[in-house]
Amino acid sequence: MQSSNSTNETTASTNTLQGLSDHKQRVQNFIRIVGMLPVLIILCIGFELLTDRFMSWQNISIVAQQASINIVLAAGMTFVILTGGIDLSVGSILAASAMVAMICSKIPNFGMIGILGGLAAGLVLGLFNGSLIAGLRLPPFIVTLGGLTAMRGIARLAGNDTTVFNPELPFAFIGNESLFGVPWLVIIAFSVVIISWFILKRTVLGIHIYAVGGNEDAARLSGIKVWKVLLFVYSLSGLLSGLGGVMSAARLYAANGIQLGVAYELDAIAAVILGGTSFVGGIGTIWGTLIGALIIAVLSNGLILLGVSDVWQFIIKGGVIIGAVALDRYRLSTSGKG
Amino acid sequence: MSENKAKTPILEMFNISKTFPGVKALQNVQLTVYPGEIHSLMGENGAGKSTLMKVLSGAYQADAGGEIRIDGQAVTINNPIDAKEYGIAVIYQELSLSPNLTVAENIYMGRELKKGLMIDRRSMELGCVDVLEKLGASFGPTTRVADLSIAERQLVEISRAIHANARILVMDEPTTALSSRETDMMFALIKKLKSEGLAIIYISHRMNEIYELSDRVSVMRDGTYVGQLSREELSSERLVKMMVGRDISGFYTKDHDAKGSRGKVIFEARRLRDDKAVKECDFALHQGEVLCIAGLVGSGRTELARLIFGADQKTGGKMLIDGKEINIRDPRQALDAGIVYLTEDRKAQGVFLDMSVHDNLNLIVCSRDARKGGILDRTKAENRSRSAIKNLAIRVASPRSEVGKLSGGNQQKVLLSRLLETEPKVLILDEPTRGVDVGAKSEIYKIIDDLVQSGIGIIVISSELPEVVGIADRVLVMRDGIIGGEVGGPTGMEITQENIMHFATGANVEAEEKRI
Repeated sequence: MQSSNSTNETTASTNTLQGLSDHKQRVQNFIRIVGMLPVLIILCIGFELLTDRFMSWQNISIVAQQASINIVLAAGMTFVILTGGIDLSVGSILAASAMVAMICSKIPNFGMIGILGGLAAGLVLGLFNGSLIAGLRLPPFIVTLGGLTAMRGIARLAGNDTTVFNPELPFAFIGNESLFGVPWLVIIAFSVVIISWFILKRTVLGIHIYAVGGNEDAARLSGIKVWKVLLFVYSLSGLLSGLGGVMSAARLYAANGIQLGVAYELDAIAAVILGGTSFVGGIGTIWGTLIGALIIAVLSNGLILLGVSDVWQFIIKGGVIIGAVALDRYRLSTSGKG
Repeated sequence: MSENKAKTPILEMFNISKTFPGVKALQNVQLTVYPGEIHSLMGENGAGKSTLMKVLSGAYQADAGGEIRIDGQAVTINNPIDAKEYGIAVIYQELSLSPNLTVAENIYMGRELKKGLMIDRRSMELGCVDVLEKLGASFGPTTRVADLSIAERQLVEISRAIHANARILVMDEPTTALSSRETDMMFALIKKLKSEGLAIIYISHRMNEIYELSDRVSVMRDGTYVGQLSREELSSERLVKMMVGRDISGFYTKDHDAKGSRGKVIFEARRLRDDKAVKECDFALHQGEVLCIAGLVGSGRTELARLIFGADQKTGGKMLIDGKEINIRDPRQALDAGIVYLTEDRKAQGVFLDMSVHDNLNLIVCSRDARKGGILDRTKAENRSRSAIKNLAIRVASPRSEVGKLSGGNQQKVLLSRLLETEPKVLILDEPTRGVDVGAKSEIYKIIDDLVQSGIGIIVISSELPEVVGIADRVLVMRDGIIGGEVGGPTGMEITQENIMHFATGANVEAEEKRI
């Protein structure tokens, strides 16, 4: 892997590294964290110049709302990928949870229970993934690939393969109202990011997550219960997918097991990777993921404002993702030797 | 060797420099190698040996101004393919074979024989029979590499080089993973290749290997060429002095007085076994004692340590700490009981290369230090990493630096500090100086000595006999999963390499059988 290749060279460079000040190290770390922020800023400026209305308060609010569900899913995905795993089932869990949330919301007088129902459904499905991966040591790719299909089936089963509507949805405010001018969707997404940051950087569990992703054997020998960490990240990813389900149900007043959340896992993974999180685990930050998710949302929104056709939107989005990550790799490989 | 001087050198490197952004990894280095010579290259980790060999093998390009001559002719080596053309082959520490292919397929890799569009397996297999036979391989060309031992895989690598008509063979610590019997066979092979006129550049940290093999030794330090010694001039003091640039008086530290510091029994293993590599081991460890476990590679030393630490499951026997029986099923329980284990495989099982020194140091203790709800206590953590870096003299730019950027010796100290922060009662060190340069080795011995004086019990597993003799108060010798003998301490037997080898090889058993 990358690190072992570079260590031979870097042993030779330790002498000069000792001259490197603490300050310089912090600057290097900062650049690493900031990562894709310049790309995001350039995109925003570019779209503003081309459309003249991209940076309006109204449009920014729309972009943030569009990004919010992906931010929530990508936050969970960040935890999973940090341990060196992957969760392909988030889109299907989102659909299943949204169905459960809608069905529960129809209980007279206790419609708010739909929120809990959606979250619980997500948590249970995530726990299922987690117990197969942590308990039986099955590969995450296979387990969640199976989950992608099976949980989609569960979502359809839940509503007898129909769309569930609830025009009187008691928690519709989540999807459509604002608090002090900030949409609830955005508040939730940002809270999830803050909580994720806190867990990853300020708790023992966070250190353990990085450790398991960085070197599982070493983590085990350091007394870390690897299975607990894995169970946690997949459960969290499930729970956040459940939250995503509640958010999208609240926005639409409806849920549909066939269409809802299809291919959401791809956007979530793209956001995490754009954010500089290493696919093999151990490296990455939640801020990077936030920027990654915003880049994706800004691209979609900007291209629509420009009137680019749907077909080309796909091609351009894919190209930008690959290009941005390639740029990042290049930048890291040149700065890494300094 | 004087007769060599008359010959044309097979390889001359002059004025080789290599600059990485911000670092001069090599500065005006020279190296001259004659055919039929084993030329050792020594230096601490980071001295530039590997970089120089990468320049030679075309993996790196040297800065302008240097010159490489093969058989007296100036050549340019721009890439590994050029190097191969000139007969240069490198046997790397990390083997570069494909385990799922056969021996023949590996030997012919990149030069496969074809019949039309199809690969011609038959001819390839026949084609490498000769070279395998010549090198004394006990396996055939159709064997899958995955089924071979490490020593046999190295043989395949060498076969591949010879088969491709290599004339300059670079061997980078080839014996690291070999048992002493395999090492002896490797040495015989190297000498044979030498007698056939190959030039061998041999990189090793082990003095005894350098003595055994070298015709000449070149020494590097900090990316520069220090000088060379002929076989007649070799002495370990001179070599060490050249490598570190100063005298190392008292390479091994043993200030603690074995009788004075040795206290009561702190740890005891009774009939401990896993029924695989470990078959019933009984021993006791005292406070303030350095107990070395010697033995050949594969004798069950690491397995025994992992059993004590709970990294593997025991199938029988018990363990006692301070006279009380403890049940250890996983490393967490061992850590809680005050037992810590330093792995022999630092990169794969020890350090977190991408994580900061700070996080590496605090990894185990952070859960103990944490406030309610598992929230990190950052002040405590900062203090810990600052004092650990100071106490063990870890040379690092900042606690935020990634561990992957440190030298082997400093990585080892980070790993050791992580364990020491837990304030253990029993410290198990598995090959603590492996892949560590001379200076850091000496520091680690000093640390071990200080720790014993503070009253903890230390078990050191080591394959380097001079090290065992240098630091041990008592030595257990393992053989085939049992403790085959004990040297030093109450046995009255002096700790010498001969006495240890006597038990390790089973010579004592043979002698007894003969008597019967």
